Amino acid sequence: MNDSTDQAPALECRDIVRTFGKFKAVDHVSFSVPEGSFFSILGPSGCGKTTILRMAAGFLEPDSGDIYIKGKSMLGVGPNKRPVNMVFQHLALFPMMNVADNIGYGLRRRGVAKAEIAVRVKAVLERIGLADSGAKRISQLSGGQKQRIAIARCLVLEPDVLLLDEPLGALDLKLREHMKVELKKLQNDFGTTFVYITHDQSEALVMSDQVAVMNKGVFEQVGSAQELYYHPDTAFVAGFVGDSNRWRGRIDAADASSVKLTTADGLSFAATPPKAGGLGAGGEVDIFVRPESVQIARAEADVQAMDNRLQGRVESVLFNGANSRVLVREPRSGGEIDVALPQTGAFHELRKGEDIWLGWGKDQAKCFAAGEAG
Amino acid sequence: MIPSIHQNPLLRGIYIAYVALFFIYLAAPLLVVAAFAFNDSLFPSLPWNGFTLDWFFNPTEPRLGLFHETPILKSIGISLLVAFWVTVLAVTVGTSSAFLFEREDFPFKNVLYLLMLMPLVVPGIILGISILVLSSNVANFVEELTGYDIEPLRPGLTLVILGQFSFIATISTLVISARLKKFDITLEEAALNLGATRWSAVWTITIPYLAPAMVGAGIVAFLMSFENFNTTLMLSGSDAPLTITMFDRLKEGSTPVLNAVSLLLMLASSVLALISIMMQRERKE
Amino acid sequence: MKKRLGFYLLLAPLLLWLFGLIIVPHIDMFFLSLQEKLGPGDYQTSLANYAAFFNEPLYWNTFARTAIMSILATMITLLIAFPVSYYIAKLAQGRIRAVLFTLCLLPFWVSELVRTFGWMILLRETGVLSHLLQWTGLAGQPVEMLYNDATIMVGLVYTSMLFMVVPLVTTLDSLDNAHVEAGYDLGGNGWSVLREIVIPHAMPGIVSGSIVVFMLCLGNYLTPILLGGKSSLWFTEQIYDQFITRFNWEQGSAFGFLLLILSSAIVWTGLRLTGQNLSSTMGDGGER
Repeated sequence: MNDSTDQAPALECRDIVRTFGKFKAVDHVSFSVPEGSFFSILGPSGCGKTTILRMAAGFLEPDSGDIYIKGKSMLGVGPNKRPVNMVFQHLALFPMMNVADNIGYGLRRRGVAKAEIAVRVKAVLERIGLADSGAKRISQLSGGQKQRIAIARCLVLEPDVLLLDEPLGALDLKLREHMKVELKKLQNDFGTTFVYITHDQSEALVMSDQVAVMNKGVFEQVGSAQELYYHPDTAFVAGFVGDSNRWRGRIDAADASSVKLTTADGLSFAATPPKAGGLGAGGEVDIFVRPESVQIARAEADVQAMDNRLQGRVESVLFNGANSRVLVREPRSGGEIDVALPQTGAFHELRKGEDIWLGWGKDQAKCFAAGEAG
Repeated sequence: MIPSIHQNPLLRGIYIAYVALFFIYLAAPLLVVAAFAFNDSLFPSLPWNGFTLDWFFNPTEPRLGLFHETPILKSIGISLLVAFWVTVLAVTVGTSSAFLFEREDFPFKNVLYLLMLMPLVVPGIILGISILVLSSNVANFVEELTGYDIEPLRPGLTLVILGQFSFIATISTLVISARLKKFDITLEEAALNLGATRWSAVWTITIPYLAPAMVGAGIVAFLMSFENFNTTLMLSGSDAPLTITMFDRLKEGSTPVLNAVSLLLMLASSVLALISIMMQRERKE
Repeated sequence: MKKRLGFYLLLAPLLLWLFGLIIVPHIDMFFLSLQEKLGPGDYQTSLANYAAFFNEPLYWNTFARTAIMSILATMITLLIAFPVSYYIAKLAQGRIRAVLFTLCLLPFWVSELVRTFGWMILLRETGVLSHLLQWTGLAGQPVEMLYNDATIMVGLVYTSMLFMVVPLVTTLDSLDNAHVEAGYDLGGNGWSVLREIVIPHAMPGIVSGSIVVFMLCLGNYLTPILLGGKSSLWFTEQIYDQFITRFNWEQGSAFGFLLLILSSAIVWTGLRLTGQNLSSTMGDGGER
């Protein structure tokens, strides 16, 4: 790759592999992150996302494959020579230095003049809204302030890519919600390319332009949050992103647009096959149905038009404002079905023990060859 | 047994009295040593003949005060010199060994670690004689071979410094390792990530982090060296450090000038102890 | 490549230290102890120096006496230190607790020589205690309390106290009060809670404290000589005597080696009996 033009992606990984002993942490992964975008890698712990990040930062070398930053190969380039910076999981703010010295650290390593450092540190502190915190000790900062300082410490160096290693993990729930918005805003303001890894789907979905879902060392799917949620490519993505009800069954009949199947308990369903197709009669499949895709009705007539219908008894009502759910017990299989209550409040008087009808269309049920799902 | 459980008040009273007695036991010898530094008598014993500062400042025999006792002043100087070099060596080697044990992986690491702990379970006097035996053998061998006598290998300050260093280095290694163990390695990675080289990352991040432990280990090394007796006894030559000089005086029976020296030592130790305690407190914050 | 260089730079001082000052000297001392002096400059390898130890009752009596007195001193130190450590760790609160603990440490910042000197002033015939006894009428004439075994014991226990109190306070401190409360709640009394809950929990501290104290007593020279005088019969004195007074280094080395074996054996047995190892017992010492 010699054309290191402005068109080159900020970060590009080509067919990288990294093993630890016999364990394949990253298995032939390729992706590219366009300049100025917010890219997340989402996956359960141990899926290899941290390994990718550490290879990008230069703390690990890939066994094979290559990593390009702005079109330049980074193989053999030490972590201190790469135009990327990292926000560490536990932030790694230097406790023996004050805020300003932490932010100025990288500039001092570059040999920037003292006066210049002071100016740039002051400027970045102003941009993150902590203008008068320069002299504070790290231990005097709140959790959210520490986050912002850790990010500022990197951004002051104007890196080509900012790597973030689950930096919100240590925060409490409320602050985490707040910081999600804040991070997205910072990324917009500075226009820096962010590569963010997390196991928390809501962090990835809320902030990212593109999300890669990773499992067992490979990327299952790369796409926008909406694509992942509404059009998962694999069973793992369907299971890992968002909540789903799932059933396993055997295919009775399949064509390009629909699949009919029967579960071991004798329940019959109609579902939509994956884009890739490849499902034939007799094959074992999993189907995924989102709680909000299921309609509730008091009478069977109300769900008559739907492809899939079930009768069940209300097991419990989990009221949580707009996110309220009902758990419905299906008598034949004994399984529980998770159903979102309509936000209109139509079923607010639903009580435990009531018999109700559930229904959903076949296009709301995603079907994949049976395998391991997230 | 614990505050939340009621205890018989009589038993509790006895218990508290016992603890109080214990602290009297701890304090008594030091208090009498200090007190008799000011007794106007030729011997550090009763009766109390009144208060005097002669044992510090009087310039003439038989009441030669500490600040005019050349042999004692000289041996204090020697002890300071020895303690200085032991401290420098012990902190340097302690730091490098701490890095070795905490950061590197190599064959026989566990064996070396156990060997490093050995000086703690070898009586000091044996450390002394074994070093004495080896150095004399080497010196004799070289002398026979070349006719040249290597002075530092004969009993004297070099051997005293090496002998004290041989076990004090273990303690400084343990103290510095304990702190290095708590060091968050991502801090160093963050420094590399922000453009530091390996050396400058260690120098600007890790060493400042270790500094309190290094100073603490240094204080402990200095005191242990200054107070060491067993190892020093076997290795010292004509220039005896303070503990050896004081020991010889004590055996003969001496004037309260020894109390004056002791009081001075106590004051100096307390200052060092205070510094070290304050550093520990700062570390906890 | 650069990293390897760094590794050797770290390894070199350690190896120089351990081999130059610990291992090789001990091996050399062992070989010297096997040298029998036949005449001036005439040596042969034999166990004569060890035979001398077993054939001369004074030598092995002193050896046994030193060992027994050291074990006794260790036990007394433990008995005295345990209640005090428990008080500091569990009963004293907040500031008082910190002050008491510091008070325990302070005397040990002062040289052993000074502390022993203090005991001499207290205990000698013209000393403070003797005067006190006469003044209260408990004694009709000056009492000499120096130069006997009890005095040596007082000195040894005093000198060793710190090394028992610190590990005891540390382990007792980590005992959860809820365990003691649960012991009472389930019907235990003071004694059974102490025996079944507190002491087992404190065992690591008891062992590491006892090992260090025993070692220090065994290798002590100052306290037995100054407080016990000529009758102290301490084994380190024999070593000193052979090396410095008689200039019989071969015999002295054999003695040194025997002392080393005794101390290693007791340390090893102590660790074995309680299923601990040297790294955890001594390695944690660095925390203090």
